[in-house]
Amino acid sequence: MKRIEAIALAAEAAAAQDALLVSNIGFPSRELFSVKDRPENFYMLGSMGLASSIGLGLALALPERKVMVLDGDGSVLMNLGTLATIAHYAPENYLLVILDNCCYGSTGSQPTCTHLGTDLFALAKAAGVKKVSLVERAEDLAEALLGPGVVIVNVDAGNANVPIISLSPKEIIERFMRCARPAPPFGMNHL
Amino acid sequence: MNPSLAVYQGMLRAGINFATSVPCVNLQELLALVSDDPEIIHVPVTREEEGVGLCAGAWIGGHRPALLMQNSGLGNSINALASLDLLYGIPLLMIISHRGGMGEPVIGQVPMGRLTVPLLEAMAIPHFEPSPAEAEETVAQAWSQAAAGCCPVAVLLDLEFWRGR
Repeated sequence: MKRIEAIALAAEAAAAQDALLVSNIGFPSRELFSVKDRPENFYMLGSMGLASSIGLGLALALPERKVMVLDGDGSVLMNLGTLATIAHYAPENYLLVILDNCCYGSTGSQPTCTHLGTDLFALAKAAGVKKVSLVERAEDLAEALLGPGVVIVNVDAGNANVPIISLSPKEIIERFMRCARPAPPFGMNHL
Repeated sequence: MNPSLAVYQGMLRAGINFATSVPCVNLQELLALVSDDPEIIHVPVTREEEGVGLCAGAWIGGHRPALLMQNSGLGNSINALASLDLLYGIPLLMIISHRGGMGEPVIGQVPMGRLTVPLLEAMAIPHFEPSPAEAEETVAQAWSQAAAGCCPVAVLLDLEFWRGR
């Protein structure tokens, strides 16, 4: 499966579940923006490695809201401790989707250690994550997107030909926050 | 005033209800107070940068976040503070045990001890260095400044502070 196809499935699943969707820096965010832009998408423009952490903070703050994260193999390898934290602190409304294309796709497709055999499924299991799945087919991904935990998706290397995101950081966060934050109680808007 | 209790009461005054931490020996009492508080979601993280990410998500979700760490962790967090918090305008209260100053017994703490304030100033992150008597007020003010300015703010607590001075 192409990564943009996996991203399109995740975007559809997020919309269907009224989920917040945090997307990793680089081409994954651009591909998401091009296939299904929603104000409920948070496009990371920096802080490589922290998509899973931002999503975890959101999920803990908003236990009633599904939070999905689109991450990559290179980014997860940069913040491997996140798997241990997720294993022990992630609530049931949190799903981490790792799109593993075995390379740093946004910087020229240099191979990551998953290309050499590092097994993110085994790492997530060993970190203590209870629900971990490894999928390659679209129908298996669609099913995994309904649950919590960690799902690793094997995708092809390569980026789609998509434009850069035409939103400023301020626009991204302001429209995202309007969707993310619970509405204030009636009459409390001035606070 | 007990230094740990003063900081904790400042956090309560600020309404902090989400905390991430990497321990320092000087933070142990404060970490116990935070962990035992049912009103605060506390996530001990594996690396300080991870804590910056969690706190950003929690703030977006409507919580008031604090990151408790040693100043060595500031070094681990620079890119996240710059390209997440400063880029998007996300407030964060950083409670930092400032090691490596006068009386520091561990030589490895000295380089980051000297670099802590220059690093914060290079990033234009406001910082405060209260005494234990001032800490409650200062911590509450630090959060107010972070929230108003939509930026990280640091409260630096050195060896003298933890000795009660």
